[in-house]
Amino acid sequence: MKLSHPLLLVWVALMLLLVSTVVASQNLTGPFSLAVNLTIAFAKAALIYWFYMHLRQESGLARLAALAAGGWLAILFLFLSLDYVTR
Amino acid sequence: MTDTALPQPESSNFQNEGLSETGTERVSYLRAGHSLSSWLLTTDHKRIAILYLIAVTFFFFIGGTAAALIRLDLLTPQGDLLTNEGYNRAFTIHGVIMVWFFLIPSIPNTFGNFLIPLMIGAKDLAFPKLNLASWYIFMAGGLFTLFVLIAGGVDTGWTFYTPLSSMFAHGSVVLAAVAVFIAGFSSILTGLNFIVTIHKLRCPGMTWRRLPLFVWSIYATSIILVLATPVLAITLVLIAAERLFGLGIFDPALGGDPLLYQHLFWFYSHPAVYIMVLPALGVASELVAAAARKPIFGYQFVAGSSIAIAIIGFLVWGHHMFVAGQSMYASAVFSFLSLAVAVPSGIKVYNWTATLYKGHISLDPPFLFAMSFIGLFTVGGLTGLILAMLAIDVHVHDTYFVVAHFHYIMVGGTVSAFFGALNYWWPKMIGRTYSLVWGRLSAILIFLGFNLTFFPQFLLGYLGMPRRYHVYPPEFQLLHVFSTVGAGLLGVAYVMPFAYLYYSMRYGTPAGFNPWGATGLEWTVPSPPPKHNFETIPVVDSLPYQYDVELEEDHG
Repeated sequence: MKLSHPLLLVWVALMLLLVSTVVASQNLTGPFSLAVNLTIAFAKAALIYWFYMHLRQESGLARLAALAAGGWLAILFLFLSLDYVTR
Repeated sequence: MTDTALPQPESSNFQNEGLSETGTERVSYLRAGHSLSSWLLTTDHKRIAILYLIAVTFFFFIGGTAAALIRLDLLTPQGDLLTNEGYNRAFTIHGVIMVWFFLIPSIPNTFGNFLIPLMIGAKDLAFPKLNLASWYIFMAGGLFTLFVLIAGGVDTGWTFYTPLSSMFAHGSVVLAAVAVFIAGFSSILTGLNFIVTIHKLRCPGMTWRRLPLFVWSIYATSIILVLATPVLAITLVLIAAERLFGLGIFDPALGGDPLLYQHLFWFYSHPAVYIMVLPALGVASELVAAAARKPIFGYQFVAGSSIAIAIIGFLVWGHHMFVAGQSMYASAVFSFLSLAVAVPSGIKVYNWTATLYKGHISLDPPFLFAMSFIGLFTVGGLTGLILAMLAIDVHVHDTYFVVAHFHYIMVGGTVSAFFGALNYWWPKMIGRTYSLVWGRLSAILIFLGFNLTFFPQFLLGYLGMPRRYHVYPPEFQLLHVFSTVGAGLLGVAYVMPFAYLYYSMRYGTPAGFNPWGATGLEWTVPSPPPKHNFETIPVVDSLPYQYDVELEEDHG
């Protein structure tokens, strides 16, 4: 396996993102910290979806199915926020 | 399945009635290997369905035994039979076992497994080994749960609400959570298997608009299984994390929020109600069409309403928290959406009724179970509308009114449909007919026993009897006695099908391909089906439920 193998590069990217999570959690506080950490988490999830779960080679239907999981998570957060914001 | 309507079995069968096996049975999946390992290591969807049938029946009677203890304890206002702790443990065992190890797997994992490949013209599910693995995971989760609930004792109820479960409850909450967590993977794998199978393995001509409605409902159920179960798993992990490591997630003293638990739990568990009832709705559609001998009225709306229920069912969970401190604005939205989910449910009920209109109805056991299902599901659904009203819910929340409401849906609905399915497809699964008289009798007794058990609970709840209490004011005793007597009748009635169906395995007459004269690919193969279902993959060229109405009138 070459060092430049895509999966290996993705792994390196994930490790760098993990380091940035640790650094962010120790240096940032408040809503800004939350935003940064969620952004990093989103980037990690996207890399895993696209490369490790082979979505870049998949048909539109499989990508749609994977997106549905994100859509359902959005439902959870939307209605949770509805309670928390107006409680 | 009367004598006159019964198609004559193959002549070879006549030589082999009674205890001996017929020519069809000799080459069926039931005889494809006789050793224990040929069952325990099978990847045949039909055999795995039988494994599930045995497993869920076992769990049904365990959960039923706990219910019997609860009802006996409630005979007297002082709760003489069980201690407070014992009563709490009994209703926890009843809830956990019935929800996760009977209701959720009952119809999808037994009849879904057996029928989906047969109905869509496939030789097996898409992932046969994964199917067997999911049975083993289910059994591991189920037996571990049973061990923890009985040996350790959990008294939180099936909902594991915090802060009771995370801070105060005695017993083995974390172990019970682990056990349910394990069983969840079985649900996810089964749902995934069904989704892929329905997308990829339909035979030529089996377009989406030609799918049997049972397949549509299992498809909708599978979507919920795959999308909701991981949230339950995460929630159970969070409880364990708080209990074991003191992480502040639900405990306000640590910066957590107790209501967050209820949000996360019901984000799974309310759709789980639809996991339990959607397959039952699919069974009802099949049974109604077969009994009326007519095409189902408004096929596209019945199919579409399954998907609509699956989606809207995800948006209503907040109605469990109307009095728990949830924002009133959120409550108003959840109340509206909870009322909205009645629309697709109503579509189904009206369309079944329209299907029956002027139908050539045969009063066979499956039809009686289907009628029982429709009636009880309607009462359960309408009382659900009452509970979805913000102002009324304040009065009846956490009372026996709620207990009666969800038992009408889950027991009156899903369990009736389970027995309807068992009675309808039993000749296909086993290849033998059973006593129709006993079948009708059990359907009627289940209906009567159920109503005697649970209708008094509506009155109890309306009068203010709270759930999960076993000591109550003496004026409630009469209604509790009615309920317990009904439970006794229901218990006897539930044993009956297992007795006459078991008897039919040995002494029933051979069923032939299509004992009910029904449409559908599963009735075109021998009963019981051969190991690989179809000798040649069928080709479908027409819509489902194309009953020849004139032919039936000729017979009438």
